[in-house]
Amino acid sequence: MISGKLISAICYVLFAPLIGGLIDGIGRKISARMQRRVGPPLLQPFYDLGKLLHKDPVHVAPSQNFFMMSYLFFIVMTGGMMFLGMDILMCMFVLSTAVMFLYFAAVVTGSHYSAIGASRELLQMVAYEPCVLLTCVAFYLVRGSFETAEIIKGDVSPIVYLPGVFVAFIFILTIKMRKSPFDISTSHHPNQEIVKGITSEIGSRNFGIYTLAEWYETVFLLGMVALFIINSNPWSILAAVVVIALVYFLEILIDNTSARVKSDVMIKVSWAVTLVAAGFNILVLIFFLG
Amino acid sequence: MYKITRSPWVMHYDGSSCNGCDIEVLACLTPVYDAERFGIINTGDPLQADILLITGGINTQNAPVVKQLYDQMADPKVVVAVGVCACTGGVFKDCYNILGGADQVIPVDVYVPGCAARPQAIIDGIVKGIGVFQERLEKMEKGESLTDNKKAEETAESEDK
Repeated sequence: MISGKLISAICYVLFAPLIGGLIDGIGRKISARMQRRVGPPLLQPFYDLGKLLHKDPVHVAPSQNFFMMSYLFFIVMTGGMMFLGMDILMCMFVLSTAVMFLYFAAVVTGSHYSAIGASRELLQMVAYEPCVLLTCVAFYLVRGSFETAEIIKGDVSPIVYLPGVFVAFIFILTIKMRKSPFDISTSHHPNQEIVKGITSEIGSRNFGIYTLAEWYETVFLLGMVALFIINSNPWSILAAVVVIALVYFLEILIDNTSARVKSDVMIKVSWAVTLVAAGFNILVLIFFLG
Repeated sequence: MYKITRSPWVMHYDGSSCNGCDIEVLACLTPVYDAERFGIINTGDPLQADILLITGGINTQNAPVVKQLYDQMADPKVVVAVGVCACTGGVFKDCYNILGGADQVIPVDVYVPGCAARPQAIIDGIVKGIGVFQERLEKMEKGESLTDNKKAEETAESEDK
């Protein structure tokens, strides 16, 4: 069993960039179709990454290279830990550590746009962190363990007990995946009021590393969605893939149909959804299980 | 040799344009022309951009800005001057504050004339620029200096002095 976990973790490290890049490409294609455009080729994200890595390495501060590599390392570690079947709470803490390195890479430059983007990144953390913690707690209440290896073992999918938590998690996924209306710290689109926010001062090659980390993170987050679905029945993996596809489509739809909100609105709305949906769900769960 | 021709990221800078060309640049990204088909993204960040798209003439106020934007871009990079003002100064050429086209401060690779330049012409100019972009990368990877680029920079610097 240990070897099985190890293989899945190694597969994550090797193939997550491929899957993440493809998901990104599919997302861009669907976005383009929603806007009645032809859109870029499916493999466009890989062309972009290749080009970014071939450009002259430029960095505003030398320490940026270290921070960006650390960001990538900790993101890979987060996903690796989850696919190794380890403590999900620990995964989330490591993810927060990774984000801190991105924050440092932005503030070390002294650029105002970068600094504003970085502080907004912290506000995003404030917005999504309660829901992330409640999700971990909810998994513990249902399965009696924080370990992902145990979470996927039950007879019934956790989503049956945790519909509210699922809704709240999908909500904060929009923040985590940097989709509009919550793409306040950076933006994939040129309509950013603070240039490119947290990534303003990140040079081409480091931006390539950032892109790679984003792909790892996407796979990790969609893996979190899968945790809600997967149970001891192998067919549940197929169900999880379908749910992931639906969730990702929903995220793109939200991205294309909503305008960016201010940070205070983001915090209020995400906390409200977390408290109402996830909090109520957990209270009911404690009442019935406890 | 790696092909980087599939992903040119464009940064658009409006010098002292009447906004005619700027509207046409934005039109390139709309569903009708859809420049993203070629992997063209309009980015606002010089550090990540490959192609600098300049509209409007260069005047005494924006000359240092254009120069700084160009310097912030990482090699290999390409400059496309869009519209007759960015090419030569256009109808504003003899104004007291106008220095002339974009080539007065930075080396320009592709000139897209027109008043205003049509979206088809702009996309064509960018695609021409992509060829230069690939050439520059090949030179860079061989360890050759981007000579024509540098020479033009030196002349620009001597003109500054």
